[in-house]
Amino acid sequence: MIAEPASATSPKGGDKRLKMLDAAMRRQQFQADALLEVLHSAQELYGFLSGEVLLHIGRSLKVPPSRVYGVATFYNHFSLKPKGEHTCTVCMGTACYVKGAGEILGRVRDELGLSERKSTTDDGKASVVVARCVGACGIAPAVVFDQEVAGGLGPEAVVSRVRGWIR
Amino acid sequence: MSPTDSLEEIAQRRNAARAERKCRVSVCSGLGCESVGAGAVLEKVRARMRLQGLAEESEVHLTGCRGLCQRGPIVEVEWGPAEAKERRLYLDVDEACADQLALEMATSGAPPASLRDHGGEPFFTRQTKIVLANAGVIDPEDIESCIAAGAYSALEKAVTEKKPAEVVQMITESGLRGRGGAGYPTGLKWSTVAKAAGTRKYVVCNGDEGDPGAFMDRSVLEGDPHEVLEGMAIAAYAVGAEQGFIYVRAEYPLAIKRLRAAIKQAERLNLLGAHIFDTGFNFRVDVRTGAGAFVCGEETALIASIEGGRGTPRPRPPYPAVSGLWGQPTLINNVETLANVAAIVRNGPAWFAGIGTEKSKGTKVFALAGKIQNTGLIEVPMGMTLREIIFDIGGGIPGGKRFKAAQTGGPSGGCIPAQFLDLPVDYESLQQVGTIMGSGGLIVMDESSCMVDVAKFFIEFCREESCGKCIPCRAGTVQIHDILVRITHGLGNFEDLEKLEDLADLLRNTSLCGLGQTAPNPVVSTIRYFRDEYLAHVNEHRCPAGVCAMAGSTAAREPSRAHSVA
Repeated sequence: MIAEPASATSPKGGDKRLKMLDAAMRRQQFQADALLEVLHSAQELYGFLSGEVLLHIGRSLKVPPSRVYGVATFYNHFSLKPKGEHTCTVCMGTACYVKGAGEILGRVRDELGLSERKSTTDDGKASVVVARCVGACGIAPAVVFDQEVAGGLGPEAVVSRVRGWIR
Repeated sequence: MSPTDSLEEIAQRRNAARAERKCRVSVCSGLGCESVGAGAVLEKVRARMRLQGLAEESEVHLTGCRGLCQRGPIVEVEWGPAEAKERRLYLDVDEACADQLALEMATSGAPPASLRDHGGEPFFTRQTKIVLANAGVIDPEDIESCIAAGAYSALEKAVTEKKPAEVVQMITESGLRGRGGAGYPTGLKWSTVAKAAGTRKYVVCNGDEGDPGAFMDRSVLEGDPHEVLEGMAIAAYAVGAEQGFIYVRAEYPLAIKRLRAAIKQAERLNLLGAHIFDTGFNFRVDVRTGAGAFVCGEETALIASIEGGRGTPRPRPPYPAVSGLWGQPTLINNVETLANVAAIVRNGPAWFAGIGTEKSKGTKVFALAGKIQNTGLIEVPMGMTLREIIFDIGGGIPGGKRFKAAQTGGPSGGCIPAQFLDLPVDYESLQQVGTIMGSGGLIVMDESSCMVDVAKFFIEFCREESCGKCIPCRAGTVQIHDILVRITHGLGNFEDLEKLEDLADLLRNTSLCGLGQTAPNPVVSTIRYFRDEYLAHVNEHRCPAGVCAMAGSTAAREPSRAHSVA
């Protein structure tokens, strides 16, 4: 799965993002131990880490592809598949869990026809992901709509917010 | 501002300017307040002050977390002559209320009497603040406001007046213990690194606050980043390091942003970097961003992650104090531990040792969450009873429900049932009842929580977060989780309880790192104190709290996810 065919997100596309990724690696002086920081930069630029991007990073930092892939798949934060246009992140930390995050997650997934294994709708409009804890325990249950953290919402309110995305 | 200004000059200038202003309005910018529109409230106050021609005579700024996250946005106003400033604290301030407040401040010079002041409530008055002392006062994005509150004066004192060994001695005498959970004496750790032989040494700040239900470190980093940086610099001076790393979870983007900005500001004032305070002491700090792996809170896994690899632990010894980052002696301290350092150096070890209990000195920051009235962040002296924390400061359980248990230490900890409500909260007492201090998450549960379900929640967390390197943890967490799924579906039997206890013993004694060794704690602890609930599940196939969807019943939805560990 490392050798994906070139796509719109290919670093060879000559788009600006590749230059920005290279600049990020230059800032780290192409040090192999900056791999994690570089993967963060790449995911910020492309939204996810494609096989092409991973290979490019490996070549630039002189790290074998096996290690790049190993690191990228070890951490939950990195995604090897593109996410939807909008992302609803349901926090399942302890505080949120005891305040009903499980029900929110179930209802939102049902609404979008998603499951644990399928996190993005077929039309690519919305993703539902689970967070381990976003540190917003004081306003639990916490849900993150794209970048915006919302607290104290019930399942109905969350579902209606997400419904707006898929119309 | 001239970079040659001394700390004292900056502080004097800022404090004099503040004393001359008519009023000061500070808006909490913690995550809780931010999510309910604190940013808009801040803008509203600023706009109103401008409109009233008071922009120059008033100071409107944001601050770090005030603690009472549930009642945000929180706004504090201060007014009056320099020698007799009055203060009021308001909760649930919306834009309209903020506008009215600012208008009154501008026209009559005082806030409207109709607004209720909450500053005198037990939530605020019963706390003792060291780590969070400045978090609600300073503007974390403005280094001068931090300096005016005393930031970096302890570093100056350490590097210009003390020898490194004297600084280590101060920390040892203070009795400070690691706030990450285990409570290892900080002074001992520092002296081990100071004595270790190595060409380069490192200081690492562990900000990988992975415990679900804990957000102390996030609030400290967001509310007072310079306090942590100053602690790191003092530590580096004491142990002889010139490079530091601060490892922060990717889930805390604001903390990362503020830290990066704080480092730049400190470097510009020569408080970090080369020749700090014109001495021979150099110290550089880099931020490293975590990527969502709970195991990276374990120190050897953290090191692997900073080195750019998979965050898997390795056997100890050798401890990082002897062989850590790139094989060099490395001091690893938690955010809150380092946040105590500057205050200890500034006020002396005896002052710190005077707070808390005999073996647990100082204060502890807790994140109160779950079924409790006042959710948020608090700092209390060690040894305060759980009852005081939950009922006096926390305001008790909402909805007239009964307290059932408090969970500390996250997935590595255990629960404290009602019979121990008068237990003093310190390292030893918590250990005696089968839990740990942990990093400070304190989740309160009422009678509507099922303890078997809670145990399943934590073991599921550990199952997913197991790095997979050692078999007891990788396979054992799956086994324990499977049994708990059976029990919570009404399909368990009495032998399952024995199997759980056997597995718990196995994980505890044979796992490679703390994650696996402590993973069974929530299970063992709930079996110990809530055995009757387990028995109801396995013997009567009934969930007393009505949470578990038992076989044949149509009770609550099962939120657990299918087995996904490959």
